[in-house]
Amino acid sequence: MTFNILEFLKSLLALRVFDYMRQVWAGKMDAGLVEAILDLVGILVVSTFLLLIALFLIWFERKVVARLQDRVGPNRVGGKYGLLQTVADVGKLLTKENITPAGADLIAFNLAPIIVLSAALLLWAVIPFAPGVIGANLNIGLFYVLSISSASVVALLLAGWGSNNKYALLGAFRAVAQLVSYEIPMVLALLVPILLAHSMYMQDVVANQSVWFIVWAPLAAVIFLTSALAELGRTPFDLLEAESEIVAGFHIEYSGMKFALFFAAEFINTFFMSALFASAFLGGWRGFGAEQYPLLGMIYFLIKVFAVYFVIVWVRATLPRVRIDQLLNFNWKFLVPLVLAMVLEVAVIDKLLPAGASAVTRAGAHLAGQLLLALATLEILRRVAHQRRLAAMGELAPAEEEVEMAHGEAHPAPAH
Amino acid sequence: MESVPRLIFIVLSLLTLVSGVYVVTSRNLFHAALFMMASFLGVAGLFVMLEAGFLAAAQLLVYIGAISILVIFAIMMTRRLMQTSETPYNKQFSQSFIVAGLVFVLLLFVIVQVWPVTEGGAPDVPAAVLQGSVIELGRSFVDPNQYVIPFEIVSVLLLAALIGAIVIAWPEKKQ
Repeated sequence: MTFNILEFLKSLLALRVFDYMRQVWAGKMDAGLVEAILDLVGILVVSTFLLLIALFLIWFERKVVARLQDRVGPNRVGGKYGLLQTVADVGKLLTKENITPAGADLIAFNLAPIIVLSAALLLWAVIPFAPGVIGANLNIGLFYVLSISSASVVALLLAGWGSNNKYALLGAFRAVAQLVSYEIPMVLALLVPILLAHSMYMQDVVANQSVWFIVWAPLAAVIFLTSALAELGRTPFDLLEAESEIVAGFHIEYSGMKFALFFAAEFINTFFMSALFASAFLGGWRGFGAEQYPLLGMIYFLIKVFAVYFVIVWVRATLPRVRIDQLLNFNWKFLVPLVLAMVLEVAVIDKLLPAGASAVTRAGAHLAGQLLLALATLEILRRVAHQRRLAAMGELAPAEEEVEMAHGEAHPAPAH
Repeated sequence: MESVPRLIFIVLSLLTLVSGVYVVTSRNLFHAALFMMASFLGVAGLFVMLEAGFLAAAQLLVYIGAISILVIFAIMMTRRLMQTSETPYNKQFSQSFIVAGLVFVLLLFVIVQVWPVTEGGAPDVPAAVLQGSVIELGRSFVDPNQYVIPFEIVSVLLLAALIGAIVIAWPEKKQ
C-alpha cells in the first residue's frame, strides 16, 4: 500500500492512523521497528498534549476559583479573558535562575522533579481516550495506575530530603503519611468498578458501562473522589503545601523550571484523576454514536473529564483545610472500615445475582446495596456521636448519673 | 530476539546490575537506598519483558512503593548514619563470598535442571500464564488442588504480624 495523504487524513479523523501507518509500512520495514516508531510517536503526542493542556488547566483553575470567590481572575495578557496568562508565566519561569541550596543532595534534588513529572505522564498509558485509542490496554489496567502512583511517593521524599531544608523535610514526611494512607481507600474504591466490570482492562471497564457505574455504586464514587483529592494533595487536604504552616512543603527550595515541573505534574495528576473518575464511573468515552465515530467518543470523554475537573476546583474554592490529625483519623477510623465493608458488600451482591441478569437489574441491586450501606453508616455515626455527647455530659454531671448512662446505650439524653 | 527488545533487555540488565553494585559500594546510605530502588526498577522492567505485567506492577508497588520508603524512613530517622566517614565494608569477605557462591550455584541448578530454557522458546509454562492472565493467577490461589493452603498460611501470618504491630503500638494501660 502506498502512502496517500487523503487516506491518511481520513484515518486521522477516525483515530485509526496507527493502523493505517502499519498497513503502509508493512513489508517495507521490520515489524518490530515499525512498532517501536509508532510507540515513540504515541508517547510524544500524549505527553505533548498533556503538557500543553496543563497550561490551559492552570488558566481554567485560576479563572474558576476567581469567579467562585467573586473576583475577575487573569484578565490582561491575551485579550479580555487572560488566555495567555499562563504562557507568560511559563516564559517568566524559563528565564528564572536555577538556585541549588547549599548542602543540597544533588542527586536527590535534581532527580525529584524529573520522577514526579514522568510518573504523572506514565499514568496516562492506560486511559482509554476513545474506542480503540489507548496507550497500552494492559490486563492489569487499574493495578498499573496504583503501582505507578505509589512509586511517585518516593520522588516527594527525594525532594524533601535533597533540599536540606527543615520545612521541605516536614512537608515530605506529611506527604508520605498522607499519600500512603489515602492510597488504601482509593484503591479499594477503584476495586468496585473492577468487580462490576469483571475485568481489570480499562477498555472493558468503560465498555461495560451501558449504565454508568456511578449509578451502580454512588458510594464508591464519592469515596474515590475524596481519597483522590487527598492523594493529589489538593484542598481540603493540601497539608503537604500548607502555606501558613510549612511555607510550601517539599518544593520550597525549587525555583525556575524545576518548580514548574512540580507544578505541571500537579495539574497533570489532577487531570488524570478526573480522567480516571470519568472512565471508571462516568462511562468514559461512551455516548451517542461513539462506537461509529471514535472522534465523538473522545469529545464525550473530554467533556466528562472537564466536568469532574470543575468539581475538584469547586471543592478547592469552597472548603477550608483540615488538620493533620483530623486527616489521618478520618482515613483510618472512617474511610478504611467503610470501604472494606463496601467491597465485601459489592462482591457478595454480585455473586448472589443470577449470571444472565441484565445491566439494569444488576445496577438496581447494587444501588440498593450501596444505599443500605450508606444508611447503616449514617446510623452508626449517629449512635457514636450520641454516645460521645452523653459521655461529655457525664463528665460534667454528678457521679451516680454517670453509672446510669453507661448502662443505657441509645438512651435519650437526660434532661438537666 | 529482535533488535529493539534486545536493546531494552541490555539497558535494563545494566540498570539492575550497576545500581546493585552501587548499593553496596556507595558511602552515602541515602544514595545506596536510591540505587536499590533503581535496581528494583530494572527488575520490574525485566518482568515486563517476560510478559509478567502483574508481577512487574507488584514489584513496583511492594518494593519501590513500600519497602524502599520504609528503608529511607529508617535511614532518615538515624541521622548520624549519614555522616559516617567509615568505609561501608567489613571483614566478612570470605563468608559472604561462600553465601554468594552457593546462591549462584542454586540459580544455575534451577535454570539448567528444573526449568531448562529450550532453544528459541519459553520453558514449559501454561498458555494462560503466558498471556498474563490475572484471572488464572487468582483462581490458582484459591484452588484446593493448587495453592490455597500456602496462600491461606501466608494470609494468617500477615494477619498475625498486623495484630502484633497494633499490640506493640497500643498505649500501655495505667493500673
